[in-house]
Amino acid sequence: MTEVKALSGRPVEELTLEAVRQGEIGLEDLRIHPETLERQATIAEQHGNPQLAENLRRAAELTRLGDDEVLAIYAALRPGRATPTELTALAESLSERGLSRCAALVAEAAEVYARRGLSA
Amino acid sequence: MTAEDIKAGGRPASEAAGGRPAGAAAGGRPVGRVRFMDAQRVNLDGFAVADAELGLVAMRSPYDPEPGLVIRDGRVTEMDGVPEERFDSLDAYIARHGIDLTVAEEAMSLPDVEFARRLVSPDVPRSEIVRLSAGATPAKLARVLALLRPPELCQAMTKMRARRTPSNQAHVTNRLDDPLLLAADSATAAAFGFREVETTVPVLADAPSNAVACLIGAAVGAQGVLIQCSVEEALELELGMRGLTSYAETISLYGTEQVFTDGDDTPWSKAFLTSAYASRGMKMRVSSGAGAEVLMAGAERKSMLFLESRCVALARAIGAQGVQNGGIDGASVAASVPSGLRELMSENLMVMMRNLESCSGNDALMSESDMRRTSRTLPIVLAGSDFMFSGFGSIQRYDNMFGPSNFNAEDIDDFLAMQRDWGVDGGLRTVPEDRIAELRREAAQLCRAVYQHLGLDDFTDEHVERAVDAAGSKDLGETDTLAVVAAAQAIRDGGITVVDVVAALDETGYESVAERILVMTAARLAGDYLQTSAIFDEQLRVLSLVTDPNDYAGPGTGFEPGPERQAEIDAIRQARGVEDLRAEQATSAVPLLAVVGPSGKGAGPAASGAAPGQDPREVIIGVSPAVGRDVWRCLSGLTVPEVLAELLAGLEEEGCTGRVVRFNDTVDLGRIGLAAARLAGSGIGIGLQGKGTALIHRRDLAPLANLELYSVAPAVTPELYRLLGANAARHAKGGTPDPVRNPYNDEAIEARYHTTVIALMALERAWAKPGAPPEELSLEGLR
Repeated sequence: MTEVKALSGRPVEELTLEAVRQGEIGLEDLRIHPETLERQATIAEQHGNPQLAENLRRAAELTRLGDDEVLAIYAALRPGRATPTELTALAESLSERGLSRCAALVAEAAEVYARRGLSA
Repeated sequence: MTAEDIKAGGRPASEAAGGRPAGAAAGGRPVGRVRFMDAQRVNLDGFAVADAELGLVAMRSPYDPEPGLVIRDGRVTEMDGVPEERFDSLDAYIARHGIDLTVAEEAMSLPDVEFARRLVSPDVPRSEIVRLSAGATPAKLARVLALLRPPELCQAMTKMRARRTPSNQAHVTNRLDDPLLLAADSATAAAFGFREVETTVPVLADAPSNAVACLIGAAVGAQGVLIQCSVEEALELELGMRGLTSYAETISLYGTEQVFTDGDDTPWSKAFLTSAYASRGMKMRVSSGAGAEVLMAGAERKSMLFLESRCVALARAIGAQGVQNGGIDGASVAASVPSGLRELMSENLMVMMRNLESCSGNDALMSESDMRRTSRTLPIVLAGSDFMFSGFGSIQRYDNMFGPSNFNAEDIDDFLAMQRDWGVDGGLRTVPEDRIAELRREAAQLCRAVYQHLGLDDFTDEHVERAVDAAGSKDLGETDTLAVVAAAQAIRDGGITVVDVVAALDETGYESVAERILVMTAARLAGDYLQTSAIFDEQLRVLSLVTDPNDYAGPGTGFEPGPERQAEIDAIRQARGVEDLRAEQATSAVPLLAVVGPSGKGAGPAASGAAPGQDPREVIIGVSPAVGRDVWRCLSGLTVPEVLAELLAGLEEEGCTGRVVRFNDTVDLGRIGLAAARLAGSGIGIGLQGKGTALIHRRDLAPLANLELYSVAPAVTPELYRLLGANAARHAKGGTPDPVRNPYNDEAIEARYHTTVIALMALERAWAKPGAPPEELSLEGLR
C-alpha cells in the first residue's frame, strides 16, 4: 500500500484533530496529490476505462494550477469566449509549463471550434 | 381546478366544437362512467401523440441514423452515417475519444439481436458486454437497447450495474435554506441509509451555508456520506475545493450541438471541467437525460434514446466516471410518449454498458398518479442500480427545491415496505423513532454551535426545538432568512473550510463528530472514491467498480443482502408479532368476565356440563376461548365488555334475557354460535369472537348455516351490535326480523387487519383445549 499524502506533502496520517488544534492544517493539506491521481489513473486503465484514466491524468496536471487559473481556462473553453488564436496560445502556454494533456485538449478544441463556429 | 375541469377543457376540438360526439350521453357531456374516469388523478398528466418532427418519440425515430463506423488509418472517418468533415462537435469528440477502435469492427458487425441477447444472457459476463459496448457507436447502442423488453431491461441492469452493492441518494433542501432544519434533515437522511446527500438553494447566495449545514448533519447521522451542493459550476467547485462538499453531478450534457451550445458549454469545456473536479479530489458525474433537447426545440427530429446515446458516449469519452440520467428534468416529457418509461430505463442501462456509474433518475415527479410514478421507479429498484434515485426527496415535496422528486418524504415508509415486499435492497433502512429524534436534536444543536462559534448566526433554543420537531419548513414559523444570506456570505468571504468546521465542532465540545468529518476528509485524499461507482460505507471502506465489482451471472450469484442487512430490510417499524399484540391487548384488560361456574354443554361432542336453560326467552352469547383472558379489544376498537353490553341491551330491548358463556374447545365461530344456541332456552345463540366477528345461530342448523353474520369486524359499531342483539331476540320470539346489513367500505380492510387477525386467532387457539367444558361468565359491569 502506497503512502497517501496531501498536495502539501503531508502524509494523511498526520491529518489529526491534534494538528487541527495546533492550527497546522491548511487547504493544501486537504488537496489531492498528483501522484495519487496518477495511481488512480493506472487503476482506471486496468478496469476498462482509459478515458477515466486520461481524465485523472489531466487532473494530475491541473493540481499545479491555482483555482482562479483553472476557472479561467474553463471559461476560455466555453463557446464563443476565445478566438482560435487565443486558444492556440493557451494550449502552447500549458504545453510549455508541462501540462501536455491539458494542452492537447485545448489545441483540439481550437481546431474543432474554428470549424464549427464555436470560437469568438 | 379539478381533474374534471382540466380534462373537460382539454377535450379535442372536434368534440368541443360541433354537436354531440358519438360517445356522449344526452346533454352533450360524457356519460357518468367516463366522467368518473376523467376525474382520476392520472388524467392530470399530459400525454403526447408521438411526433418525430419534434423529437417527441422515445425509442426510435425514422430520422435516427443507421449505425455505422468507417475507420481509416486508425481514425474514424464516418460515424452513424456522418462523414468526418460534417462531424458536429459531439461527433468529433466521440469519434476521437469515445470509441475503442480495437473492438469497433467486431461490435459494429455483431447483429443487433445477437448483441441484445448477449446483453441479457447471464452466461455472458458483464466484462464482455463492456468490452463490446466500448466499440459501439451511439446509434448502435440505441438500436440494441430498443430490442429489450421490460423484464429483459431488469435482467440486463442486474448484470450490468458497475457496483455490486446498490445504493441511494437523497435530496435535502428546504424553502427557507434554514440551516438547523437542513442539518436535522441531513442527519435523518444519513440515518435512513442514503449514501449521498444532494442539496441546492432557492437563493443562490445561501449555497455555502447549505453545504456547511448538510455536512454537519450528515456526519451526525452516519459516517461516510458524500455531500453535494448543486449550484452554478464556479461556486460548486469552490465549495468542493474547501472540502465542504465531496461530489458534484450537475455537469449537464446534451444530445445535439445546438442545445449543448445553448447550455453555454462544449464537449471540451465539459471535459476540462471534469478534470478540474478530479484535480481537487472531488467525485463527479455528468447529467443528461431524455426530454432536455425536446424542451429546447432542438432535438433535430431524433429519438430520445438516440440523443441520450450520444450523451452517454460523450460522458465516457470525456472521462467522467458516471452519469445521472433517466430523464431527470425531462422525465415527464419521456413519460408523455409511448414506451417512454422503457426509454428512461434504457438510458440507465446504456450508462452501465459504457462501464460508468449509473445514478438512475427517478428524481422528478413524472406523474400525478401514484400508480404511474411507482410503475416508473419499481423496475429499477427490483433490478438494482448504483443509485436507484439521483435524488429521493428525503424531505417533503414542498421543501424539495429541485422540484418534487418521484418519491419524497411522503413515500419513505412506502419505499421501505416495497424493499421488504420484494426482498430487495433499495439502500434504505428503518430508523427507530427515538433515534430519529435524538439525531435531529444533535444535528441541530451542533449546527447551531458551529454557526455561533464561527460568528455566522445565533439561533434560539426555540428554533432548535422547532427544527428537531419539524416535518417540513412550514413548521418552523417565522425565520430570519436574511441572516442565512449573511451567514453564507461570511462563509464565502471568510474562506471557511472544512478544517474550520472541524475546529469549531472540536472547540464547542463535539469532538467525535469533528473527528468523523476529519477522518472522512483524509479518506478522500486516497482518491479511491474517484473510481467508477464509488461510495463510502459506514466503516469508510470504498465500494466501487474496483473494490466491489458486480459479479452477477444468474441465480445464486451477484448481490444478495447479507443476513444482517436482510433483517434490517425486513424489520420495518410497523411489523407486529403475536407478543406485541398480547401486550397491546393486556392494556385493555379489566376485572370483568370472571368465571361464575361451569355451564351447559360444550361445543364439541366430548364436552359435558350443566343442562341447557329452560326459559324460552333466554339467548346465550357464546364467546371464544381467549375472551376475558388474552383478548379484550375487538378490531373495531370497542372493548369486548362494551360489545357484550350492547348485545345484552339489544336482547333486553326485545324482552329477552342473556347469559354469556365462554366455549373453550373451539375457535370456530359457527361452532361457538351453534353451541350457544343449543344451550339457550330459546334455541337461539349469538356467537362472538374476541376480534368482534358476530353471528346469530339456531340450535337446529348446521354449524356454517347461521341466521345473520357480521363478517367485517373492524367496521361494526355499537349500534349494529345492539341491533344484532335485538334481532337475536326477535328470532327467539319466533319472528323473522330484517337482517342487519354488513357495513362495507372501500378501504383495504384486509391489508389493515389480517396480520392482527392472525395474531388474535393465535391467542384464541392457545386457549382452546379439545373437550374443555364451557364456562359461564359474570354479567357484572355489562349492564
